[in-house]
Amino acid sequence: MLDIVWLLPALPLLGFGVLLLSGRRLGDPRAGWLATTMVAGSFAVAAVVCAGLFLRSPEHRVFTQTLFDWIPAGGLRVAVGFRVDPLSITMALFITGVSTLIHLYSVGYMHGDDNFSKFFLYLNLFVFSMLMLVLANNFVLTFLGWEGVGACSYFLISFWFERNSAAVAGKKAFVTNRVGDFGFLLGMFLIFAKLGSLDYGTVFSHVNALSSGTATAIGLLLFLGAVGKSAQLPLYIWLPDAMEGPTPVSALIHAATMVTAGVFLMARINPILFRGPDTLTVIAIVGAATAFYAATIACAQDDIKKVLAYSTISQLGYMFLAIGSGAYVAAIFHMITHAFFKALLFLGAGSVMHGMHDEQNMKKMGALRKFMPITAGTFIVAWLAIAGVPPFAGFWSKDEILINAWDKSPILWLVGFVTALLTAYYMSRQVFLVFFGKPRWEEADAKAPEEAEAKPEHEPAATEGAAADAPTTSDAPSSSGAHGAHGDFRPHESPWTMALPLVVLALLSAVGGALNLPINHSTEFLTRWLDPLFGNRLHEVTASTGLKWILFALTLGVVALGITLAYGVYLKHRVREDALEPSVLRHAWYFDGFVGALVDGPGRLAAVWSAYVFDRKIIDGAVNGVATLVRNTGTNVRRVQTGFVRNYALGVAAGAVVLFAFIVFRTA
Amino acid sequence: MPGAWYLTLASILFVVGAVGLLVRRNVLVMFMCVELMLNAVNLTFVTFARMLDDIGGQIVVFFVLVVAAAEVVVGLGIIVAIFRRRAGATADDISLLKG
Repeated sequence: MLDIVWLLPALPLLGFGVLLLSGRRLGDPRAGWLATTMVAGSFAVAAVVCAGLFLRSPEHRVFTQTLFDWIPAGGLRVAVGFRVDPLSITMALFITGVSTLIHLYSVGYMHGDDNFSKFFLYLNLFVFSMLMLVLANNFVLTFLGWEGVGACSYFLISFWFERNSAAVAGKKAFVTNRVGDFGFLLGMFLIFAKLGSLDYGTVFSHVNALSSGTATAIGLLLFLGAVGKSAQLPLYIWLPDAMEGPTPVSALIHAATMVTAGVFLMARINPILFRGPDTLTVIAIVGAATAFYAATIACAQDDIKKVLAYSTISQLGYMFLAIGSGAYVAAIFHMITHAFFKALLFLGAGSVMHGMHDEQNMKKMGALRKFMPITAGTFIVAWLAIAGVPPFAGFWSKDEILINAWDKSPILWLVGFVTALLTAYYMSRQVFLVFFGKPRWEEADAKAPEEAEAKPEHEPAATEGAAADAPTTSDAPSSSGAHGAHGDFRPHESPWTMALPLVVLALLSAVGGALNLPINHSTEFLTRWLDPLFGNRLHEVTASTGLKWILFALTLGVVALGITLAYGVYLKHRVREDALEPSVLRHAWYFDGFVGALVDGPGRLAAVWSAYVFDRKIIDGAVNGVATLVRNTGTNVRRVQTGFVRNYALGVAAGAVVLFAFIVFRTA
Repeated sequence: MPGAWYLTLASILFVVGAVGLLVRRNVLVMFMCVELMLNAVNLTFVTFARMLDDIGGQIVVFFVLVVAAAEVVVGLGIIVAIFRRRAGATADDISLLKG
C-alpha cells in the first residue's frame, strides 16, 4: 500500500507534461479538468498511503522508497527517494486536498482567460514541487521542491505579466527568496561538511555527532531559508506584493501551502533544533515579532487581499512561535487549520472582487451579504475560525500555541495574546466593511450593484476575461455593453465549481479543530499521530489546569474585545475610522521604503564599488596582471632564440659542461 | 697504461671538433667538426671495449656509424639546398628562425 507513494508527485507531473505538450489544444475547460483530476488522484493516493501508514504500529511508521540515484558524486550520494512518515503524509494530505479544491475553483475562476491552460500547467507543476518538498528523503531533493515552488510562485505572481506591477511583484518575490535560499544552501553545505550525508535518516541518527554550536549554526541557516519562504521578518516584504497574482494562486501558494514550507522544514529538522536549542529561542522571538508586527499592519489596509496577506504573515508568525516553543504539533495543527480558513478567505475575497468588478478597496464595498449569500456565509465561518471563536478550527490551534508559548516565556505569550486581539479586530473590520453596514459602491460605480444582485456570488467567469481584456477594450461601447448585459453570459459559468470549494472549506474550517481536541489524550489525534516523530523533543505543557483555564478565558475575552471594538468602529461609527488607521500602519511601518532606501543607497553604493572598483581594479587587475607578466617575460626571453646555429651549439656545449661538472662534483 | 694514450687522443680530437664547431662559420667545416666529434667518441668506445674486454663497446660503434651515415645524408642534403639558394654557406647569414 505504501509502495504507491511515487504516484503522489508523479500524477501532477504527468498533468504538467500533458498540459505542456497539448494544453492549448485541450482548451478552456478541459485543461482545467485534467489538472484537477490529476491533483484529485494525488489526494486519493495520499489517502491510501496515509491509511497504509496508519495500519502500522506507531514506532514503525517510517517508510522510505528510493527510486534512483540522482547525484552520485564521490562522497556525495543523493537519491531521488521518498520518506513517508506521519509528518510528510499529513502535509501531503492537506496539500493535495486543498489543492484539489482550489483547482476546482480555478476552473470557474479562470474561465475565459487567454492563458487558461498555462495557469493549470503552473498549478500542476506547483503541486508536484510542493509534494517533492514534503516527501523528499534528503535535503537536496527538498531543496529541489523548495526552488520549484519558488519558481512556480514567481510564474504565477506575474501571471498577468502585461501589468507592470505584477511583473515587478514576481521579481521581488523571486529576489527576496534568494536571500533565504542562500541560508538554506549554506546550512546544507555545513551538514554535509560535518556529517558527510544529506539523507534525513542518516543526518538525524547522527545528530549527536554535531557540536551544539554547529547544530545552532545549521539551525539558524536553515531558519533563514524558512524566513524567506514563509515571509517572516525581515524578509516578509514579497508576500503583500504577491497579491498581484490571480486570487486562487494567493489562496493556494501564498496562504495555504508554499508559505508553510518553512514551518514544515523547521518541524522536519527538529532533531537539529533540539541539539542547538538557542535556535528555538530565535525562532520563537522572530515568530512572535512577525505575528504582532503584521497584525498591526493588517488593521489599516484597505485592499481586501492585502489584509489577508498581512494576516497570513501574522499567522505564519504564530506557527514559528509554536515551533520555537517546541510545540511542533501545535504548529502543524495551526498550519492545517490555517490552510482551511485562509484558503477560504482568499477564495471568498476572489468571489467578492468579481462580484464587485475587480474592486479591491473594502471602503467601497459594504452590505454584500445581501447579494452574495454563499460567499458571505462561508466568509463569516472563516472569519470566526481565524479570529479564534470556539468551536471553530482556529480557536483550538491558536489556543494550543498560546499555552505552549506561555511555557516558553510569558512575554512571548503576551505578544501572541495581543496579536490575538488584533487578529479578531482586523478580521472583524474586514467582514464588517465588506459584508455589513451600508453599501458604499453607489458612488463608486452605479452599475456594479445591479450586477452583483443579478448574479449573486461566484459569477466571475466572463468578468475575468473581460477584466483581462479591459486595458484594450474598455473604451469600446460594445465592451461596456457586454459588461452591462453580463448576466446573459451565464452559460459560460460553472457556478458550482466555485461554490463547492467554498462550502467544503467552510465545513473544514468549522470542524477542523476536531483533529486535536485538548479534552484528554485520546481526543488529541494529531498529537498521537505525530508523536513518534518528535518524541521527547516535543514540549510537554507544564502549566497547571487552573492556569490553562485562566489563559483560555483571557484569550476568549480578548477575542470578544477585538470583535466588539471593530463593531463599534466600523458598524456603529463611535470613533472616526481614520483615527485608527494611522499612516504609519497604512504604509506598513514604512519598512518597504526602508528596505528600498537601504538597497538603493548603501546597497547601490556597494554594488557600484564592487562593479567599478573591486571587479575592475582587483579581479580584472589580477587577471590582466598575470597576462601582462607572461607577455613581458615572453618578449624578453624570445631574444634567446637568435636563429644562429652556432649560438645553439654553444648552448648545447655549455649545458654539457654544466652536466658533466655536476656529475663530477656529485661523485667526488 | 696504454689505453690512456688512446683516450687522450680521443679527448683532443673531441675538443678540436667542439671548438671548430663553435668558432668556424663555414657550414661544411662545421659539419666535418661534428663528424670529428662523433669519431672521437667512437675511438673512446673501442678503447674501453678493449680495456674492459667487453664487445658491447664495439657494437655501439657500429650503431654510431650508422647514425652518422644517416646524419651525413640529411646534413649534406641541407647544405646542398643552401648552396642552391645563395652564393656561400656561412652559418651566421642564416637566421630565419630568429625569435
